Amino acid sequence: MAEPALKLDPSEILLSVNNIEVVYDDVILVLRGVSLDVPKGKIVTLLGPNGAGKSTTLKAISGLLGTEDGEVTRGNITFMGEDIANRAPEEIVRRGIFQVMEGRRIIEDMTVTENLRLGAFTRKDGGAAIRNDIDLVFNYFPRLKERTGLAGYLSGGEQQMLAIGRAMMARPKMILLDEPSMGLSPLLVKEVFGIIEKLCAETGVTILLVEQNARMALKIAEFGYIMESGKIVLDGPKDDLVNNEDVKEFYLGGDKERKSFKNLKSYKRRKRWL
Amino acid sequence: MESNLLFQLIVNGVIVGTLYGVVAMCFVLIYKSTQVVNFAQGEFLLIGAWTCWWLVTSMALPFWIAFPLTFVFMLVFGIVLQMVVLRPLIGEPVISVIMVTIGLSIFFQAVMKSIFGVWAQPFPEIFPVKSVNVLGLQVQPAYLMSLVVSVVIMGLFAWFFKYSRMGLAMRATAFNQQVAQSLGISVKNVFAMAWAISAMVSALAGVVVGMVNGVSSALSFFGIKVFPAVIVGGLDSIVGAIIGGLIIGLLENLAEYADGQYLHLGNLYTVAPFYVLVIILMIKPYGLFGTKTIERV
Repeated sequence: MAEPALKLDPSEILLSVNNIEVVYDDVILVLRGVSLDVPKGKIVTLLGPNGAGKSTTLKAISGLLGTEDGEVTRGNITFMGEDIANRAPEEIVRRGIFQVMEGRRIIEDMTVTENLRLGAFTRKDGGAAIRNDIDLVFNYFPRLKERTGLAGYLSGGEQQMLAIGRAMMARPKMILLDEPSMGLSPLLVKEVFGIIEKLCAETGVTILLVEQNARMALKIAEFGYIMESGKIVLDGPKDDLVNNEDVKEFYLGGDKERKSFKNLKSYKRRKRWL
Repeated sequence: MESNLLFQLIVNGVIVGTLYGVVAMCFVLIYKSTQVVNFAQGEFLLIGAWTCWWLVTSMALPFWIAFPLTFVFMLVFGIVLQMVVLRPLIGEPVISVIMVTIGLSIFFQAVMKSIFGVWAQPFPEIFPVKSVNVLGLQVQPAYLMSLVVSVVIMGLFAWFFKYSRMGLAMRATAFNQQVAQSLGISVKNVFAMAWAISAMVSALAGVVVGMVNGVSSALSFFGIKVFPAVIVGGLDSIVGAIIGGLIIGLLENLAEYADGQYLHLGNLYTVAPFYVLVIILMIKPYGLFGTKTIERV
């Protein structure tokens, strides 16, 4: 799939991943020609099963691949017209892409405020602006304001909020969100996703959202890509994906008869257990 | 008379202990941010003290100029050392890096000996050598200054790690390097900074000790003394390093008292900290303030 099927006006595109191939440790081929475009100011979601290469795609964009001995060996990644493939992560953060890694990864032995201040590490505009933005984050996540202890003692949902808040502190042009719903209760997932949607609408930040929870992700995203074993297999505007029979069956579930179990040959095995 | 002596030794212990604490802090700084156990810590004191001594005697600079110059030199030295010797080793097994620091330690000792000779050289008199009387106790003015400077440095460290942007970045790097990088922190810069600060502050301790005891390769023994302090406090705790330093300083002086008054074994002064090191490791293998998940080497 060299050409993404999404038809976008080139001037709208903020980030464009063109046919990249990613290799870990010089031998393990993880991504086999992934292409995707992310339009400015929109939420785009990247869906797919475990091990499809979603997180790897995000790390290729954010440059964190290098910290895991991975490398983009083919293709290119352009952000605002400039190639950023295989750049150092700190440079990419400076350019305006901030990744919220899977599993939140907040700094547990620091307070909420210290975590937020670290989010603003690359900014040069001084203390007052940063304090202002900390208040802004607390506006989005009021419950963080009450937590004065160490971030490690926050609940899972609060940690996720802190991780997103920390990303906001960098004032990025684009946030890469890796599974914000992981380990959260359905109610919290709803809350967090609501805030993500609000964030995009109010600040105009572009969001690339990787999710297992396809139903929630497609609720807030405008475009979606679906990945399987290192390739994009399907893409389109949210409505097309939601109404697509295959997507419904594999990712959204539903009331329809599950016609494919026979094909997966799992029926027989299940019978043996019964 | 004897209780007076005891009291005097306790004061000495606190003063020397804070110096140990400062050097231990430098050691922990490197360990925390780069996971390297730096066996060349004592040589930082040595190099700093010799540099300052050379500036004061050969270049005939006043101490108040030579001292900051030594700082600047050690800052550059730390950065260069990290960039040239240690940066290429990032990603290599920890044990290799530790071996390199042992090599560095031997190398620097030899270089210092070949430049400055093997004999102890006294510092020109900067503070009056005569002890001053503080609350009925005899204290060397240089030691008094060292106490003040140590406390100031500890305060600065506390401020640095709590409030400064780079201090937070260093803590983030110590927590997890990948997370730090995802925040836009250059881990390489943090490493260079850790070595630079460590070299600089150790040099300060070196100068202070050099002023009292004279500058000689014995200074690098400080680096070994710091081990019990660091282990007692827990390898990765800055507060632990300070408290460990105080404990070791006090212990040394109390051992000297016990030895001189009752035991007459001789040299218990030097050995006692290491006995304690062994005992602490048996009871609390992670030290008093250490994190349980530390990988020990």
